[in-house]
Amino acid sequence: MKIETVKNTIGREVPVLVPGLGEFTPFAGPYARLGGDYTWTPRLFPRKVPAPSTDKVAESLEEAVRRSGLASGMTISFHHHMRNGDSLVCQVLFLLEKMGIRNITLAPSSLGDCHDCVAEMVRKGVVTRLNTSGVRGEVGRAVSGGMFEVPVMIRSHGGRARAIEEGSLHIHVAFLAAPACDRLGNFTGSSGKTACGSMGYAMVDARYADHVIAVTDNLVDYPLAPRISVPQYLVDQVAVVDSIGDPSKIASGAARVTRDPVQLRIAELAFGLIRASGMLKNGCSFQTGGGGPSLAVARYVKEYMKEKAVRGSYCIGGITGYMADMLREGLFTALFDVQSFDAAVTTSMAGNPYHMEVDVSCYANPFNKGCLVNDLDVVVLAALDVDTDFNVDVLTGHDGILRGASGGHSDTAAGAKLSVITIPSMRNGVPSIRERVQTVVTPGETVDAIVTERGIAINPRREDLRKAALDAGLPVKDIRQLKAEIEKITGIPDEVRFSDEIVGLVEYRDGTIIDTIRKVL
Amino acid sequence: MNRIDGRPRRSLLYIPGNNPGMIQNCAIYGSDGVLLDLEDSISVTEKDAARKLVKHALKTLDFGSVERVVRINGRDTPFFERDLEEIIPARPDAVRIPKIDSPDDIRAADDIITRLEEENGMERGFVRIHAMLETARAIVNASAIASSSPRILGLTIGGQDLAADLGIKITKEGLEMLYARSAVVLAAKAAGLLAFDTVYTDIDDLEGLREQAAMSVALGFSGKAAVHPSQIAVIHEAFRPEEKDVRKAERIVRGAREAEERGLGVVAVDGRMVDAPVVAQARRTLELARLAGMEVETE
Repeated sequence: MKIETVKNTIGREVPVLVPGLGEFTPFAGPYARLGGDYTWTPRLFPRKVPAPSTDKVAESLEEAVRRSGLASGMTISFHHHMRNGDSLVCQVLFLLEKMGIRNITLAPSSLGDCHDCVAEMVRKGVVTRLNTSGVRGEVGRAVSGGMFEVPVMIRSHGGRARAIEEGSLHIHVAFLAAPACDRLGNFTGSSGKTACGSMGYAMVDARYADHVIAVTDNLVDYPLAPRISVPQYLVDQVAVVDSIGDPSKIASGAARVTRDPVQLRIAELAFGLIRASGMLKNGCSFQTGGGGPSLAVARYVKEYMKEKAVRGSYCIGGITGYMADMLREGLFTALFDVQSFDAAVTTSMAGNPYHMEVDVSCYANPFNKGCLVNDLDVVVLAALDVDTDFNVDVLTGHDGILRGASGGHSDTAAGAKLSVITIPSMRNGVPSIRERVQTVVTPGETVDAIVTERGIAINPRREDLRKAALDAGLPVKDIRQLKAEIEKITGIPDEVRFSDEIVGLVEYRDGTIIDTIRKVL
Repeated sequence: MNRIDGRPRRSLLYIPGNNPGMIQNCAIYGSDGVLLDLEDSISVTEKDAARKLVKHALKTLDFGSVERVVRINGRDTPFFERDLEEIIPARPDAVRIPKIDSPDDIRAADDIITRLEEENGMERGFVRIHAMLETARAIVNASAIASSSPRILGLTIGGQDLAADLGIKITKEGLEMLYARSAVVLAAKAAGLLAFDTVYTDIDDLEGLREQAAMSVALGFSGKAAVHPSQIAVIHEAFRPEEKDVRKAERIVRGAREAEERGLGVVAVDGRMVDAPVVAQARRTLELARLAGMEVETE
């Protein structure tokens, strides 16, 4: 689709009008709408008052779809707490195909490798539009290859919650996988054979979708106890299916700290920087993910806090068993869990009142009255590529194909007082510091430091941090110097060739367009 | 007599010579030196490829401050001369030569290295030797080996092969090697050389490594070889001096400096006379403390 574009404040060509999607505002800086003056008006949609019911269990998933009023052209949503074990998205899409429903806008909180079926459903015309945080595998290739007629919309987790609340993402029917659910629709992710922990994404969909179907393979006696993640008053129907997913692919035990020496080196340097910043003190808040060097950073933080008797305030984001251990050991007062990353978390959340399940709006929506990320002290984030302006790409791979997720990246980077990007200096011989990243997800203005195994680049905006790091003896390098050093080993790779055709829009957390994704030639 | 420069050599990390991914990362693991291996970790069919890769890496890669040592194949193998012919012109800091049994082995290597240095316009004696002692005969000859060439930087004990030669089983505690370890340290120190301890092969047992590294330090070893990057921090921790020793070393070095400034030939610290070796030891303690990230008074 050929679309007229303008340059936003970071020099990216973005559209102000996309036929079929509507008007857009170009990104104007990470805090442009966060000064306290910006106003927004929720869009109004009629919602039907349901008849009172004491048993919402539908005869079948197909019957539930029929009773929901779902029709061609509507928008459906899913949560991605089941991660790579999810089977609900494909079950529902195959069912819609069978029922002759077409032209669906698919709006899951994210898609993973297990969702290759979506590409097939796009080819068959069942799905024609996509709103998501992430895409991988076949779907990523389909998007980058220009298979969608209307550009896909990529949002951060906080941005998606905002879009749902303001009404720019209007969900007609939400299909919410429910590992344990009763006949009136109370459900949770903390128990059942497909337990996946927190239901943070499902909570927002349940609150705002016109019609909510809880889909379970574990119908329990009423009332579900002791924990209800999504209460019955938000759920229209319950559909029971044989399976909502493969438990072995949801979580495979506790995530383990990496043994990879490169990742350990990155973690060591990242921790060194965090320590040098002076932010690891009583009352500090902290977020890190579950993969790569993240858990190793958490290990260093844990050892440091124990040694120095530091008690932090809270950890947020994707929660791992490692974080649950830190809570149990009294290193933090509380965990706010929007998404659980490993099996060890489920027990913690079910048994520890200080391990709290929160919805994704509370986590990261910048337009509500106080999301958690805005009070965050330190966040450690990964990246696919970074550039010399400190912009971060977590969406497109070296080949230009979509293979990542926006997630909470831009939300936490903007909110945290110290945002640290950890990234190996090269992957498969291709350097990770570029002159210009393919797709900006997180603007450089919100990134304080980029940590590679070959040195640390600190944003020139943070002279204080640079000085602290140098005083601590850390290998601080100018980002261009670091880039040149890496390219001495790898050479400079050929640029990927793109057409002008826009196949995706990357929305910043505040609803403006920060970048576009082009069709790969 | 001390023929050693002041570089730290607490940890020496073995890197297989046929692994380009690991070789290109030599500078980031945090070890004081790397041992680019052409010997045990390389199969016979890979010897050529590894030699070429190591040669190329030495010529082109930036190793930062990491000392570059190549472990070549022993004199008893058909690869010995070829390894030296290709590696020496690439200017490694040192070669580690395994299976050194007698001074003859050192002299044979020395002759070849000297010729290659001349042919390649290198300063004579540029490439140092780590003599690796891994037989009973080598341990008995340790002193003679240590003084067989000014090119020798240090002696190192090869634990695995020595155990096989002695017909003993290696234990976690390592007491069965106590005599051999001590013999290597004594021979090395008597000749003014460094002494390197053998590897701890169980990479999952960092606690065991911690205990063995503590023993290495107690026996007087200058450094210890590592087989995995995760072992480096543990080895460095073992070499971290105690706070009270650091403060005492600071007083000794300060005393020496003041004595020199006042033109005195005698150094007195805490009311006691100290001589030059004690001052040198104090400087080494301060260097180890600095490397361990401790606050140290600079000279």
